[in-house]
Amino acid sequence: MKDKRWIVSGLVVFLLIVLFPFWYNRGRAVPPPEVKLTEKAKAEKECVLARDYMKAEHMQILDLWRETVVREGNRIYTNPKGREFVMSLSNTCLDCHSNKAEFCDKCHNYASVRPYCWDCHIENPKEAR
Amino acid sequence: MDIRRRRVLQLLGLSAAALTVKPVYDALAADPAAGRPRVGPGREQLKAKQWAMVIDTRRFASEADVEPLIEACHRIHNVPHFELKRWEIKWIWATEYKHAFSGTSSDRFLADAVEKRPFLVLCNQCENPPCVRACPTKATFKREDGIVMMDFHRCIGCRFCMAACPFGARSFNYTDPRPYLKHTNKLFPTRMKGVVEKCSFCAERLAEGKRPACVEAAGGKIAFGDLYDPASEAHQWVRKNYTLRRKVNLGTEPAVYYIV
Ligand code: SF4
Ligand code: SF4
Ligand code: SF4
Repeated sequence: MKDKRWIVSGLVVFLLIVLFPFWYNRGRAVPPPEVKLTEKAKAEKECVLARDYMKAEHMQILDLWRETVVREGNRIYTNPKGREFVMSLSNTCLDCHSNKAEFCDKCHNYASVRPYCWDCHIENPKEAR
Repeated sequence: MDIRRRRVLQLLGLSAAALTVKPVYDALAADPAAGRPRVGPGREQLKAKQWAMVIDTRRFASEADVEPLIEACHRIHNVPHFELKRWEIKWIWATEYKHAFSGTSSDRFLADAVEKRPFLVLCNQCENPPCVRACPTKATFKREDGIVMMDFHRCIGCRFCMAACPFGARSFNYTDPRPYLKHTNKLFPTRMKGVVEKCSFCAERLAEGKRPACVEAAGGKIAFGDLYDPASEAHQWVRKNYTLRRKVNLGTEPAVYYIV
């Protein structure tokens, strides 16, 4: 038991390091991001599905779209209200949400997720060909 | 309070049954199709059993005749241009008879015109594609309409498909292609470092009812259509003309035919 001193002080140092970020950031809440809608998105009122669903589950839709378009060759999505969309991230989603930096990136950065969609999919389809 | 065990159980059972009434009723009453999203092909989608191309090489005399077609394809598909040959990416290109048809013909002396003619080569969308069998992730797969499709999302860059393809129709992205694009078609994605790419018979155009870009740029020198549909131009051209295909002895059954 003669190492007790070292073990205890080691533990204390370890705890200090581990808890430091919590102490450092105490009482400071990072405000949730405010995403900006483009005029076009505002005018639409509703996205492909209801807003709350899109907020939480848009990645599920994108995954479905990707599978359907690439693997099945089907490109049209009809939402429960009967409205048709061409399933395309760059050409449909980003047609309304043409402000990726103010929209997609805001939340993704906040949540520290780094989707690699943009490695291939082009960010703004609106510029001339 | 005179309530017996049996009565309690009966009441419990009844209330449990009552709780299930609403969900069951809802499920039976609801029309299963209503209120659910659907997916499907667009109205203009062109369909076929096996898409095929017939190239009338007699009408391509020089580089100037093939260049616009290559440019059309590479332009709309964001195919980058590399000076470094090793990094080269190509979906369609021109080559000489002796390269395109090596092993197919025993001609020692070719007709002059044929020897000098540029032959357009691209992925043959083989009916029996070895690249599909080689791909461990099914990133390369054969669609119902015969197109051998790339799913860039799934490609892990192992390049088994490149080794398997006897036509060199596939290219690998050794680096991020974006800086090497002279201009970008915003309607089509680019690729990223580490994936393989090739001609897709313009699947994205067929979905909109358009023929492939190179066929359109060819102005009638290339026929495109369903190989098995007697009414299609491609079928009629192979019926009316003597055609060659590349490396048929390997049994991949190319769907690109050449009138020589
Ligand atoms: S030409 Fe090559 S890449 Fe194209 S389907 Fe045939 S084997 Fe596959
Ligand atoms: S490089 Fe990609 S497409 Fe080719 S075999 Fe590997 S995973 Fe499949
Ligand atoms: S069919 Fe389409 S993808 Fe293939 S070479 Fe022609 S233009 Fe390019």
